[in-house]
Amino acid sequence: MIWETIILALRAIRRNVLRSFLTILGIVIGVAAVITMVTLGDGATEQVRADISSLGSNMLQVRPGQGFRGPGGVRVFAERFKLSDAQAIEREIAGLKAVAPLSDQSGQAISGNRNWSTTVTGSTNDYLTVRNWPLESGRVFTESELNSGRAVCILGATIARELFGDQDPLGAFIRLDRLSCQVVGVLASKGQSSFGQDQDDLVMVPIRTMQRRIAGNTDVKAILVSAMDGVSTEALREDIERLMRERRRVSEGQDDDFHVRDMQEIVSTLTSTTRVLTALLGAVAAVSLLVGGIGIMNIMLVSVTERTREIGTRLAIGAREGEVLMQFLIEAVVLSSLGGLFGIALGLGAAALGARLLGVPFVFNPGIVILAFVFSASVGMIFGFFPARRAARMDPIEALRHE
Amino acid sequence: MNMTTPESINSPLIRLEGITKVYGSGPAAVHALKGVDLTIDKGEFVAVMGPSGSGKSTCMNILGCLDTPTAGTYRFKGVDVGGLSRDQRALLRRNYLGFVFQGFNLLSRTSALENVELPLIYRGVPARERHAKARDALKAVGLEGWEFHTPAELSGGQQQRVAIARAMVIEPEVLMADEPTGNLDSVTGREIMDLLCSFNTERGVTIVMVTHDAGMAGYAGRIVRFLDGLIDSEEPGRRHVS
Ligand SMILES: Nc1ncnc2c1ncn2[C@@H]1O[C@H](COP(=O)(O)OP(=O)(O)OP(=O)(O)O)[C@@H](O)[C@H]1O
Ligand SMILES: [Mg+2]
Repeated sequence: MIWETIILALRAIRRNVLRSFLTILGIVIGVAAVITMVTLGDGATEQVRADISSLGSNMLQVRPGQGFRGPGGVRVFAERFKLSDAQAIEREIAGLKAVAPLSDQSGQAISGNRNWSTTVTGSTNDYLTVRNWPLESGRVFTESELNSGRAVCILGATIARELFGDQDPLGAFIRLDRLSCQVVGVLASKGQSSFGQDQDDLVMVPIRTMQRRIAGNTDVKAILVSAMDGVSTEALREDIERLMRERRRVSEGQDDDFHVRDMQEIVSTLTSTTRVLTALLGAVAAVSLLVGGIGIMNIMLVSVTERTREIGTRLAIGAREGEVLMQFLIEAVVLSSLGGLFGIALGLGAAALGARLLGVPFVFNPGIVILAFVFSASVGMIFGFFPARRAARMDPIEALRHE
Repeated sequence: MNMTTPESINSPLIRLEGITKVYGSGPAAVHALKGVDLTIDKGEFVAVMGPSGSGKSTCMNILGCLDTPTAGTYRFKGVDVGGLSRDQRALLRRNYLGFVFQGFNLLSRTSALENVELPLIYRGVPARERHAKARDALKAVGLEGWEFHTPAELSGGQQQRVAIARAMVIEPEVLMADEPTGNLDSVTGREIMDLLCSFNTERGVTIVMVTHDAGMAGYAGRIVRFLDGLIDSEEPGRRHVS
């Protein structure tokens, strides 16, 4: 009987295709919105995770504090790191693959009549190790170039393209502000980061060159550390913190005037942020599902009134109250489930398209698809019940006489 | 529901005793039926006539178990219908009664075949058997080849034939027809009457039919005249055989 009723419901739906379609439009849009939002959100989360692990998930960043309360409660800026701090870490802490001191600032790169504003990064060859960044052509810095702060540089792919086009930049000279530098290497392209930054837009120089000839100070803005495989970043972090407290003479009970940030930790913060966003968007979309349910109730009520004579006929033929109730309830559930199916198809399609446009991976989430389907079916059940009961309780004679 | 109690064997198919029906209450109350006694035996063809508002349809609705009387008893096959629940009456209609209405009451945008199958669906007849029975029923009313036409594509006479097929497909004990030819011209009306007569004589189905047309009533074996909520007179019809 249930199966027959489903067939009857499908027939009733087929008899009025346009109206049925309009009825379920709300559900279709609601489900499609939920599916699209959640799928794209999952994709974005996945993207952030992948990006950050390409940055090096076994990487720690050591940075001076932004500012802290000094003696007497005065807000003072924390002391900058020096090259010696990086050397101390390298010397005294075990389990490290590479330690790269970093000092960067924005600047103009000029070659002939071409001009490009970029980031000038002063570091050592270890920077490339930490960031797992291979060369496209040329070579890394030599020991003597690093130690004596020679005017040499390695170009990011973007800079190489903007300044030299198709020409080979190796051996050419570019000007960084007032310093003339010889190009010794070109980096392989890394592309955009998940934050939309062009990672290839940089010029790398030896850190001493940066300090003496460009920035004019001995500051190190950050120290990047990468752990050897199998070494816990958690333990490493504690070691570095202990060492830096000692070197910077942070006394017992006083807060650190620097941060050691674990990329793993950044991954989880960022992914939890995107997750909250996903949930929020999903909730908004769920509200539209509810609106879709009210739409179903509205149309079902109209349909019940309009089909009063049909209901009368069915009752006269011998349909029981429960059977009429079942018929309309199943009709509502079949309608809303159809809406759910269309919505899922539409949502997955839109998500696939959106993922391509936004450049995030398409992550199929079977859980949300099943949830959306069950939810849309229940919407039909809940909002179809009232109209169905109204149909079932009709007086056969009144219904038959209805114009 | 057990319809074959011992008394039912000898009792008439339909027995109304002192049936009254009052619509509304107080000074506005309408006494549609004022104490109707009527007995109909198996195989009879009864025509119900009378002026408008005399209570014919009200009486038919009670006979068809679509409505309940205010007072009096209605026994169908010996069973007191007054003691049945709404769902039990639905089952009684499903298993024993066929209806033909003045307005045909076919499901729109639904093929003739699907319309005829409808009562079989409620009876839980399997699809294959259902199709076969519905086709046979349509053939019996002369609509072979029209199975897949919707009511909108059929003439009034053809629609009423579909309705008759739908009523007959369950092989009912009684066919209830309230002005079945009321919406049809006289030629088509006579065709419908011939059809009903053939079912009455060939299949022995009991027919109760309301009509305003003396010509149509002439097809019946017995004519019952209503007047102001009471049975005024009874007379044999043209087809009466004594
Ligand atoms: N649902 C109702 N509510 C109130 N009064 C009703 C209702 N149904 C019928 N009546 C009244 O009962 C009386 C009998 O009506 P009924 O429909 O039985 O007449 P009828 O003999 O079938 O007339 P017609 O030949 O016009 O069909 C009429 O006075 C009618 O107004
Ligand atoms: Mg009437």
